[in-house]
Amino acid sequence: MSVIDGQVTPGPGGLCQKGWTAGELLRHPSRLTTPLLHGAPVSWDEALDYVASRIRSYEPDEVAVFGGGGLTNEKAYLLGKFARVALKTSQIDYNGRFCMSSAAAAGNKAFGLDRGLPFPLTDLRTADTILLAGSNPAETMPPFLRHLEGARLIVIDPRRTPTAERATLHLQPAPGTDLALALGLLHTAVIEGVIDKEYVSERTSGFDDAWRVAAQWWPEHTERVTGVSAADQRAAVHMLAGRSYILTGRGTEQHATGTDNVSAWINLALALGLPGRTGSGYGCLTGQGNGQGGREHGQKADQLPGYRKLDDPAARKHIMEVWGVDWLPGPGRSAYELLDADDLKAMLVFGSNPVVSAPRASGVADRLKALDLLVVADFVMSETAAMADVVFPVTQWAEEDGTMTNLEGRIIRRRKALDPPAGVRSDLELINGLASRLGAVGFSTEPRVVFDELRRASKGGPSDYSGITYERLESEQLHWPVPSVDHPGTPRLFLDRFAHADGLARFIPVDHRGPAEPPDDEFPLQATTGRVLQHYQSGAQTRLIGELMKAVPEMYVEMHPDTASRAGLASGESAQVVSRRGTVTAVVRCVPSMRADAVFLPFHFPGDGRANLLTNPALDPTSRMPEFKVCAVRLERVCDES
Amino acid sequence: MRRVVIVGYGMAGARLADELRRRDQDISITIIGAEPHAAYNRVLLSTVVAGTMTPGSTRLHDEKWAADHNIDLHLSHEVVSIDRSSRTVTVEDTRGAFVRSDSTEGPRVSLPYDALVLATGSTPWVPPAEGLVEDGKLAAGVVAFRTLDDCAEIEAKAHKGAPVVVLGGGLLGIEAARGLAGRGCLVTVVHPVGHLMERQLDPGAGGVLARTLGQLGIEFRLNALAAKYLPGDGLILDDGTHVPAELVVVSAGVRAETSLAVEAGLEVDRGIVVDDALRTSDPRIHAIGDCAQHPGTVSGLVQPAWDQAAVLADRLTGANPASRYRGTSVVTRLKARDVDLAALGDVHTEVDCPDSEVLCFQEPSRGRYAKLVLRDDRVAGAIVIGAPDAAATITQLYDRGIPAPTDRLALLLGRALPAEAASPADLPSSAVICRCNTVSKGQIVSAWRAGAETVPQLAEATRATTGCGGCKDAVCGLLDWLGASQPASA
Repeated sequence: MSVIDGQVTPGPGGLCQKGWTAGELLRHPSRLTTPLLHGAPVSWDEALDYVASRIRSYEPDEVAVFGGGGLTNEKAYLLGKFARVALKTSQIDYNGRFCMSSAAAAGNKAFGLDRGLPFPLTDLRTADTILLAGSNPAETMPPFLRHLEGARLIVIDPRRTPTAERATLHLQPAPGTDLALALGLLHTAVIEGVIDKEYVSERTSGFDDAWRVAAQWWPEHTERVTGVSAADQRAAVHMLAGRSYILTGRGTEQHATGTDNVSAWINLALALGLPGRTGSGYGCLTGQGNGQGGREHGQKADQLPGYRKLDDPAARKHIMEVWGVDWLPGPGRSAYELLDADDLKAMLVFGSNPVVSAPRASGVADRLKALDLLVVADFVMSETAAMADVVFPVTQWAEEDGTMTNLEGRIIRRRKALDPPAGVRSDLELINGLASRLGAVGFSTEPRVVFDELRRASKGGPSDYSGITYERLESEQLHWPVPSVDHPGTPRLFLDRFAHADGLARFIPVDHRGPAEPPDDEFPLQATTGRVLQHYQSGAQTRLIGELMKAVPEMYVEMHPDTASRAGLASGESAQVVSRRGTVTAVVRCVPSMRADAVFLPFHFPGDGRANLLTNPALDPTSRMPEFKVCAVRLERVCDES
Repeated sequence: MRRVVIVGYGMAGARLADELRRRDQDISITIIGAEPHAAYNRVLLSTVVAGTMTPGSTRLHDEKWAADHNIDLHLSHEVVSIDRSSRTVTVEDTRGAFVRSDSTEGPRVSLPYDALVLATGSTPWVPPAEGLVEDGKLAAGVVAFRTLDDCAEIEAKAHKGAPVVVLGGGLLGIEAARGLAGRGCLVTVVHPVGHLMERQLDPGAGGVLARTLGQLGIEFRLNALAAKYLPGDGLILDDGTHVPAELVVVSAGVRAETSLAVEAGLEVDRGIVVDDALRTSDPRIHAIGDCAQHPGTVSGLVQPAWDQAAVLADRLTGANPASRYRGTSVVTRLKARDVDLAALGDVHTEVDCPDSEVLCFQEPSRGRYAKLVLRDDRVAGAIVIGAPDAAATITQLYDRGIPAPTDRLALLLGRALPAEAASPADLPSSAVICRCNTVSKGQIVSAWRAGAETVPQLAEATRATTGCGGCKDAVCGLLDWLGASQPASA
């Protein structure tokens, strides 16, 4: 894609409406172009001095950093280093915790390594069948569908989404029952005789333990829990036997059992013999621009660059040598736990809008309000920035150099196409400005210099970038790991062995537990949240674009027509959706394909329309992922007398 | 430390041990199991008979399970008596003597308990036909369909072309018959009632089921009782006719195994009577699973046993002392290849019943039958044969108490199929053609009038087709329609 005078021209892959209009943000009148201190324009020096002086008055662990999966690798890397070296805090995490963490944890458990797709995206074009578990790329990533054109699709989603409409087989489980369905499919695969016994015995371990759980999920039992017919389960496993891919998305991952959910899908893939072979596999579809790279280089609470573990003594030693320090903090708290912490004094937010995107959003807003210092770096006045003591105006995509790592683990150069408006600086400059005021050195403002340091830091780690240079990226497609400059990269992982010491993939025995908050008489419906095509994440960017707002102007709630009429509501009316945590006001949309016991809310809208006022912050014990995808609600009419 | 002793290592006993250990790492757990092997999943026996699963795959626990979970497990042992006053049970080693009798008395030990749980299950009921039972055991060539050992015996004798009689046309009998027919046996089901699965089905549904199974090669003798068994030859029925059989599989129902409870003086009716706390008439003794009789439960199914195990574990570990078992709503689901059958709730309501809505659909030639009983807008009962989507949906409505859709017919049809693609001419101008870029038919028509006559030109003008590419056919269809119906602008 190229940008000329702010006009976007797509590359060969295609663009949706968000991409076509992305250029409008570059020169949007709402663009932030000056630092703000308590709402008043100030100079960069004044803002930086203020923030640094406040930070100096706190204990290190009273200061938290909240990053974003949209940041470049260079920014994500330097942010992690900044937290641990300049702030000396353990309290750093990022919004990718709300996105990729369950898939990452399950991938590490099963394969010993997490890379969204351990094969090139274009391999999907050779597939006979692709199963999408909780993914709606027809709205979230439309150009991706071009890679699926040759395959039969099995789509697993409680809603009949635009993606499900294209499916050969749409399985519609009740919200929060994905794990039961995956167990049922594993069971069905065994009794239908389509599992790959030779692969299971030669390339995996732990099948027997996983089977003993799945043995209790015969198709008819699974049908009763999930609502997916036994016949459809049989049809699905027969479609999957062969050149197939199983791909997971947020729908199955954003649960308090998200890691186990993904483990169950991987177990199915392993039983069918899919991963680690050309022409079949398992992968997860990343959600943000740099969803993959953002989780590799140290803005996660428990992680160091190169996808190293923060509690691994060898990893700590290596990174301390690269950084020239003799101390590092230990692992800190996860994203929601930071946003809900009552012992913090300050938080620095980069590329994220948690007031809209975090679960139980009103509680999060209260916590942020109670902070002594909230600092936000963004290029638009997001709802979180609007609360901040200090706002720094930073560059956006077309104005900066750097790298991103896409869902297939391929490193992509981002090239600067435009100069930013006057007054705008890059996040690297912001980090440098704060670090130098805090007496820390080693925070370059040059992306290339930062990248070269990232290469050294990642050397020998699972995601090894040491062989990647900006020059090589001019002409080569490099998938990590790239352990030396003459290494061709690794488009396909696991072909010979998986990344565990014994080279085997692991079945993980997991069982269905169901949603953390089951429906009851008071809250009889289940709400699920997600994206629409025209908006991105918290909507802070896309809500500024007229064309997108014209298409999807306001918060709505989808429900079955019977559900609406039983609540005394009609299409186009305003309704209140109420959970134990809050109330959302939304316009009713009647959708006959909805389950009668479920409603759907997009999460892109602010204020009273924040879907996350409702969502349940029950966290996955491993990934610390909140349960965005299911909570108990009821519908009410909006009172007339008010 | 509390000592829990579980009598019976079947699905209920095994589940209870798992549930106890999940809640409490320390509680002392002892299990006495009569069979020589680890607990297995009885529900899967029909798949073993059908040959789609091996006996080993049905194991609930592996050999290391007891040691790994610090559980004192005694296989091939039976409890022969309960001393309620001293709170002990007497356990006998029956190794090598599987069927208990006075002559095979092995070494006996006494085990103390704080809580005793009877999970002794049920035993097959054998119809009183002459010759089926010899010396207190099933005669040669007669097998119950109840245990893994039974399955092994059935498998050994169920050759292709072998005539086999299944005694009993209930759920398990039909699953066995279907599995045996799949193995190539010549199966005849002998059933004492006029239609199959009479507990769950009405006569119409029973007829459709028999017809479907008949097409799979199974024969039926309804309203018929076995009178006499002739080993190696077959059965004489009560009407004097002869049915050939090299193997007779008995699946005529079960009786709760209550002998231990009766001897101990506990209250026993059809099963061991328990309350919502799963207590017997002695509050230190509990019963779960097939041997227990709870007012809200039909026995013979696994779901009640699992639900009871969870409640009892809550109570015995103190994890939730207020936990109560309130019964399990039953959904009967036949597990038989090529036959999709679900039955739930009250299915015997007549079509003209004034306080219910009853919907019926019958298509016997294609093996389809549906009956739906609605009360107060909710599913009160249903039989669904040959319509898997409808069965799954109706079961969800029933289990979750969701009001039925106002369009009742759609319920019986099952999956809402995508509407036929409308022709371009019929679409309203506001219809969105390219979802990725929110491009309507009206915008495409305007662009065409302004001179965009090819897909690339339309893409240039409107961005349609530049996202996922999925609307390309629709855009081409619009272009064809525009070209055919109106003169292009020039």
